[in-house]
This record gives sequence, C-alpha cells and structure tokens, in this order.
Amino acid sequence: MIDVKDLHKYFGKNEVLKGVNEHISKGEKVVIIGASGSGKSTFLRCLNLLEQPTSGTITFEGTDITDPKQNINKLRQKMGMVFQQFNLFPHLSVKENIKLAPVKLGIMTNEQAEKKALELLERVGLPDKANAYPKQLSGGQQQRIAIARALAMNPDVMLFDEPTSALDPEMVGEVLELMKELAEEGMTMVVVTHEMGFARSVATRVLFMDQGVIAEQNEPEEFFTNPQHPRLREFLSKVL
Amino acid sequence: MNEWFATLADDFYGAFIESDRWKLYFQGLGKTLQIAAGAVILGIVIGIVIAIIKVSAKQHSNNRKCPIILKILEKICDIYLTVIRGTPVMVQLLIIYAGIFVTMTDGTIAAIVGFGINSGAYVAEVIRAGIQSIDKGQTEAGRSLGLTSGQTMRLIILPQAIRNILPALFNEFITLLKETSVAGYVAVQDILKVATNIQNRVYTIAPLMITAIFYLVLVILMTQVQKQIERRLAQSDRR
Repeated sequence: MIDVKDLHKYFGKNEVLKGVNEHISKGEKVVIIGASGSGKSTFLRCLNLLEQPTSGTITFEGTDITDPKQNINKLRQKMGMVFQQFNLFPHLSVKENIKLAPVKLGIMTNEQAEKKALELLERVGLPDKANAYPKQLSGGQQQRIAIARALAMNPDVMLFDEPTSALDPEMVGEVLELMKELAEEGMTMVVVTHEMGFARSVATRVLFMDQGVIAEQNEPEEFFTNPQHPRLREFLSKVL
Repeated sequence: MNEWFATLADDFYGAFIESDRWKLYFQGLGKTLQIAAGAVILGIVIGIVIAIIKVSAKQHSNNRKCPIILKILEKICDIYLTVIRGTPVMVQLLIIYAGIFVTMTDGTIAAIVGFGINSGAYVAEVIRAGIQSIDKGQTEAGRSLGLTSGQTMRLIILPQAIRNILPALFNEFITLLKETSVAGYVAVQDILKVATNIQNRVYTIAPLMITAIFYLVLVILMTQVQKQIERRLAQSDRR
C-alpha cells in the first residue's frame, strides 16, 4: 500500500531523514517510536507530503506521490491524518468541521455529509456535540472529533502524529480506545506515539527510529522483550 | 459667560444656517465619503492581492520549487510597500494629480486612486499579518483532508484571519477617512475645502469646528459598525 524508498529529508543543512526504506501493507498497524528528534514525525509527515522529501520516492497505492505531476490533493483524500494539536477549525461547529472537506471537494452532497457526520459522531461517542464549537470541548473530545473528521473522507490509511501527547492524562484513554476500535475494524494505521502499551497491544509491527533511520523493527512481542539494537535497549529502559 | 455663548451661537449661525450654507457642507461631505469609499475599496483589492502574493511566496520559500514569476511579483510588491509607506500621502497625491490626472479639472478620480494606492500598502500589511497569525496546523489540517491551497485559504484561514485583522483594518479605514481632508489640494470640493471657503467669508473658526464635528460623527459611526461585525464574528468563541 505504501512503499518508501531511500527517503531523505533536509531542513536546511540538517539531515533529519537519512535514507528510510519501508513497506506498509494494507491492514497493518505500524507504530513508530523513538526519541524526540529521531525523525519519526518527519517521516510520518512525508507520507502525505506535508513535508516535501528532499530525495527518494513514496508510492501510495501504486502511484508515486513524490512525482510533482501527480495531484497530491487527490491522493491526500485517501490518507487521513490526526495531529498532536488536533487542529480542528475553531470557526466551525463540530458538524461543519466533519462535513467541510467531503462537501467542498464534491465527494458528498450536503445531506450525505450530514448523515455521515452524525454517524461518525455516534461512533466516536459524541453524538450530542454536533453543534458545539471546538473551544467548548475537552482535549480528548477534540481529538475524537479530529479522528471523525479524517474518517469522513473514507481514507484507506490513517496517519496519527502523536495523537495523545497534548492530552491531559485522564483523556488519553478515550482516544487510545477509539484508535484501538479503528484498528480492530481493519483500518490501515501508521501511528507515531509514546504510548508503549498501545504499541504492544494494537501494533502488528513496531518501528524504532533513531538518528534519521529505522534502526530496528519487529512484532511487538519480540520488539519489547528481546530488543537487539543498543540504542533501542537504552530507549526502552527509559520509557518502560 | 453669556456673552461668550451669544458670540458662539452667532458664529455658528453665520457659518451654518445663513445663506443655506449647511447645504454646502453636505455636498462636501458627499465628496469626502465618495473619495473615502472609493479608496477603501481600491485599497482592499490591492491589499488582498499583495498579501496573497507575499504569503504564497513565503510558503513556497520553504520548499525548493518556487516559481520565478512569484519571486518577481514579490519583489514588485516589496518595492511598492517601501515607496508608498516611505513617502507622505500628500506628496503621492500631488504627484498622481499633476502627473496623470492633470487634464481633469475635478480631482476626485485622482484622489480616489491616490488614496486607494496609499491605503493598499497598509491594508496589505494588515492582512498579511492576519493570515500569518493563524496557526500553521490549520493549513496542514486543511491540506491533509485533500483541500487545495486556495480552498484552505478561503474556507479555513481567511475566515479566522478576518477576526484578527478587523481592529487594525478599521483603524486604517478611519485614518484614511481623515486623511482625505487633504484632497482640497487637488481641486476637490471635499468638506474641509468647503469649510475653508466659508471661513474666508465669515472670518470665524466656526466652519472648522463644524467640520471637526462631521468627522467625529463619521468615525463614531464607523466604530459602531466595527463593534457590530466583531460581535457577529465572535459566535464561535462561546464557551
């Protein structure tokens, strides 16, 4: 589904990604962990070109998305993204947040989008918040709405960029629970997170990024119980 | 004290009521409003165009493929901003009138163009700052959903930016309205020009006081409009 070849990214003279190769198949739940500055968020953001890679190719469903001739907007419709800071649109109600993209992109009529929005709100457990504004909601609720907004486009893959890092501790659970449900329904997911419990229980594969490369990857059981790379051992000893 | 009031009333009578002079003030006021409204519209159009050029040039500077045409446009905008903000509006107005519109006996068009071009520079900076005050995450959220950069700007960034822009923008409109009082120098019969004409007849300061009151009322009205709009835009702030 997603194929990354020799991905490099520079910010100025600073090389953040130093040749990442990775293949993500349909249905996989890939969790990326690593210290801050290891390049994990940059890698995730390159997958839908929020960061323009300096070199290398990313193929999504058979299309090379790094090719400037490709319509990136079309491709992004199939890749949902959830941000650390939620990034809900504060001037729109919850329902309008969810409906905006499907309606404006001509994918759904207003009525279809309305129906979809209410279904999604039901699904994320916030049916009574349809007409609320983002500022009236808690962080956990906002993030669940943000997930619903991404799902409204019927994406083939969901990218999560530290979705629980900006939340108060008591709200982390509700968001992780929702993500877990999503995983069980078969959604392909790529998740950058510091939640090791989530990685262990939900991931089909865990990647450890260090200094701009994927230093180690494995199934969660092996990954956590039998780490090979010294940097990963050191990292796990600090976070577990 | 009574005498003072009597003189004042006399002065105002002479400057406003006598010979139906009040009609002249309202004619002058009409001219002032015409110039101010024309200049505001021209200024907004110029301001939006420049702000969008500058913002998109800045966005593109982050990735390597910045179209050359955008760089040229940005340079032109920078020169425009520097020149317009670096010289007095009065000098600009006289140059435009003498250089381009000198064949016209009525300087109204020259005044609209002159003040519009001047205001555009300030409006551009206000709008640019407003757009850039919106968190980058908003753009990223819009683009990640598949919206184009134009749609993201129109549906997500501008509606939020307008709220931040509004106070500074109205400030600029108010300044502009008052600045149009120098339009008399390019043969426009605006309210101040009318007042000074009358002053040359009655030899009191009453015409100037009357003019000041007209401006004051206009500015108070504009402030009320601003408050109304701000109240309406504050809807999503409810908690």
